[in-house]
Amino acid sequence: MSRLPTMEFDGVIVGGGGAGMRAGLQLAQSGLKTAVISKVFPTRSHTVSAQGGITCAIGSDDPDDDWRWHMYDTVKGSDYIGDQDAIEYMCSVGPEAVYELEHMGLPFTRTESGRIYQRPFGGQSKDYGKGGQASRTCAAEDRTGHALLHTLYQNNLKAGTTFLNEWFAIDLVLNQDGEVCGLVALEIESGEVVFVKSRATVLATGGAGRIYATTTNALMNTGDGVGMALRAGFPVQDIEMWQFHPTGIHQAGVLVTEGCRGEGGYLVNKDGERFMERYAPTAKDLAGRDVVARSMILEIMDGRGVGEDADHVLLKLDHLGEDTLRKRLPGIIELSKTFAHVDPAREPIPVVPTCHYMMGGVPTNIHGQALTQGVDGADRVVGGLYAIGEVACVSVHGANRLGGNSLLDLVVFGRAAGIHIEEAMRQGIDRRGPGEEDLARATARLERWNGSSSGESVADLKRELQRLMLVNFNVFRSGENMRSSIGELAELRERIARAHLADKSRVFNTARLEALELDNLLEVAEATAIVAEARTESRGAHARNDYTERDDDNWLCHSIYFAPDKRVGKRSVNFTPQTMEPFNPTERSY
Amino acid sequence: MQISLYRFDPDTDESPRMDSLELDLPEGRDLMVLDVLELLKAEDSSIAYRRSCREGVCGSDGINMNGRNGLACITPVSEAAPRGKLTLRPLPGLPVVRDLVVDMSQFYRQYEKIEPWLVNDTAPPARERLQSPEDREKLNGLYECILCACCSTACPSFWWNPDKFVGPAGLLQAYRFLADSRDTATAERLAALEDPFSVFRCRGIMNCVSVCPKGLNPTRAIGKIRTMLLSQGI
Repeated sequence: MSRLPTMEFDGVIVGGGGAGMRAGLQLAQSGLKTAVISKVFPTRSHTVSAQGGITCAIGSDDPDDDWRWHMYDTVKGSDYIGDQDAIEYMCSVGPEAVYELEHMGLPFTRTESGRIYQRPFGGQSKDYGKGGQASRTCAAEDRTGHALLHTLYQNNLKAGTTFLNEWFAIDLVLNQDGEVCGLVALEIESGEVVFVKSRATVLATGGAGRIYATTTNALMNTGDGVGMALRAGFPVQDIEMWQFHPTGIHQAGVLVTEGCRGEGGYLVNKDGERFMERYAPTAKDLAGRDVVARSMILEIMDGRGVGEDADHVLLKLDHLGEDTLRKRLPGIIELSKTFAHVDPAREPIPVVPTCHYMMGGVPTNIHGQALTQGVDGADRVVGGLYAIGEVACVSVHGANRLGGNSLLDLVVFGRAAGIHIEEAMRQGIDRRGPGEEDLARATARLERWNGSSSGESVADLKRELQRLMLVNFNVFRSGENMRSSIGELAELRERIARAHLADKSRVFNTARLEALELDNLLEVAEATAIVAEARTESRGAHARNDYTERDDDNWLCHSIYFAPDKRVGKRSVNFTPQTMEPFNPTERSY
Repeated sequence: MQISLYRFDPDTDESPRMDSLELDLPEGRDLMVLDVLELLKAEDSSIAYRRSCREGVCGSDGINMNGRNGLACITPVSEAAPRGKLTLRPLPGLPVVRDLVVDMSQFYRQYEKIEPWLVNDTAPPARERLQSPEDREKLNGLYECILCACCSTACPSFWWNPDKFVGPAGLLQAYRFLADSRDTATAERLAALEDPFSVFRCRGIMNCVSVCPKGLNPTRAIGKIRTMLLSQGI
């Protein structure tokens, strides 16, 4: 490729969702020259689909609420592989970050006293699990993500953030020191390829639920940041941990918020039995998502599923009354009617556990700085690279994320990364630019697709990959299936390397984007498969039927995966919060 | 099923054309129009359109289906094409980039023009600003806008003056901030809307109301802005 046109910024954020825009806002207000690159117009980012709320101990529902209780719940929810320094930071800084959102104009639902409304959510307790269910999830009806994303976009407009909308990030550019000095991106409308030079590059690309054939995720959630990091030789952590949300609408995969159960809805099997009472006697339908999802699958496997194929269960809401549904869950009424053809005020919604969230991602410290391991196995900061939000693994979610914690993660760590970059720039950073070869490496896969003249189609290969992942890396996993899948994925890698991009046109070529996204899906899928097979235990969302127990002796640790040599390693979990004693692993029950 | 699809690639086509396509739809399921587009694209990858959330909240896939604007992902084929033939065109009134993809910049500019962010000139408290449930209720039907542009591109006044008339989407958001008990910039906001074009180009045609995929009512919001302007004038 001939010399690339170059744009230069202090900081570049890849992704315009909640995390990216929170970081963008921080940087724009600092006066640094920054840009947010997004493959869609920012308010189309997947944060917009978040429904139930943002969990945070602001003490509106209960004035005695304590962020340490939220921290306890999050550590327990993570099945003890969430990093306690990061969880401590998130839960303690959370209230400030949520109030900031309110000051920016986020239209939270209100209590009679005018404070932010908080609803009960899964896995939330008072008094370190001893005081019963907590109502801690701050909500704007059941459209909290939409409200949050639009508020952040509006405030970025106010702050004058530079947006490169409908630009697709192809790959990171490394200099000869192995530091990230920007990325190569494609302007979708013109088809132009540009080197975006930057002293700090922030991955905020969200999740990758589209490795599965059904998912609550948007069509664009293809793990672009994970793909970029892995191809650049940086590791991902805990990538085997995929959350299956208990209530995806049967067949459509569309999300129905946990807030439904928070407001008093519950699951029933074909006999009309509220079966969660058997699996989680205390928290019932508001146990951790991994627990509820497994219980649902067990019910279905035991022949108590609903429908012609007995392949789902029902979410009952009609007893809440039309008034509550309209006031608290108006979006759910809409989605149920559109995608399940039921009115939840009258009939239950058919639901099934559906891929929802990637707990793993690029390992970072609490400032969002990406980490890798040195030859001695110790953590080493990757120069110039940050990761925030779902693409990152700080890790505040460990092996299972609690509902409402993802929005909090976005704003807390988006903000933290912005603050850190601002400080780093003030101290002065200078990075070497890339050589021709470095740029060529970053455009190689685009060149490969552009030069393809025959081969299998992207659509067919994608369908195959998604099917494979859905069948073999679902709520329950078997060693045998995972091992055969690893072989199939290696073959898929070869086939994708020979696949064909039929449309070579220049302007708004979405076929080219889907081809580039397929490369990323493959990276995420293969990493998932290899690490899932390697983790020989059941923990959080990773449930194996050949290793059914949690194994703290061998696996009370993060997994870490390097793509170039398909290597799985281990990394210690942080058990040293700054202001309190750590929570030590105990048996996890709800 | 018979489909008529608008195609245009500025690099190869002098003018747009309508392609006639045939598609066998799977039995027993009422597909959404977006599903149809995805099936077509699996056959011919060069068809260009925007899409993302596929559940009607991101606002990417506003298109014109059998003459009516809407979101492809939440419009059942049976509803869009009751007589069996589906005609798909880009949203009207905006320049076409390629196929069903339109250039939204004019639309976004009008949104930016109303300064769509909360202004409050008092120092923020340590906690949240209080707002009564009744005051919060006033934002319902306003804040839910997804910026899909179905309304503005169905509005003849916007077609005539896309550079000067804010249009239904932008005005709905203008009222969203006017109606917010926490916002203190009412006078400035109204002053910016006083000219003959920004608000007063609305002729009450109400296409915006009939096409809004979220069931919102921009015409009512525009009426309220006018009332505020008038009462301010008196």
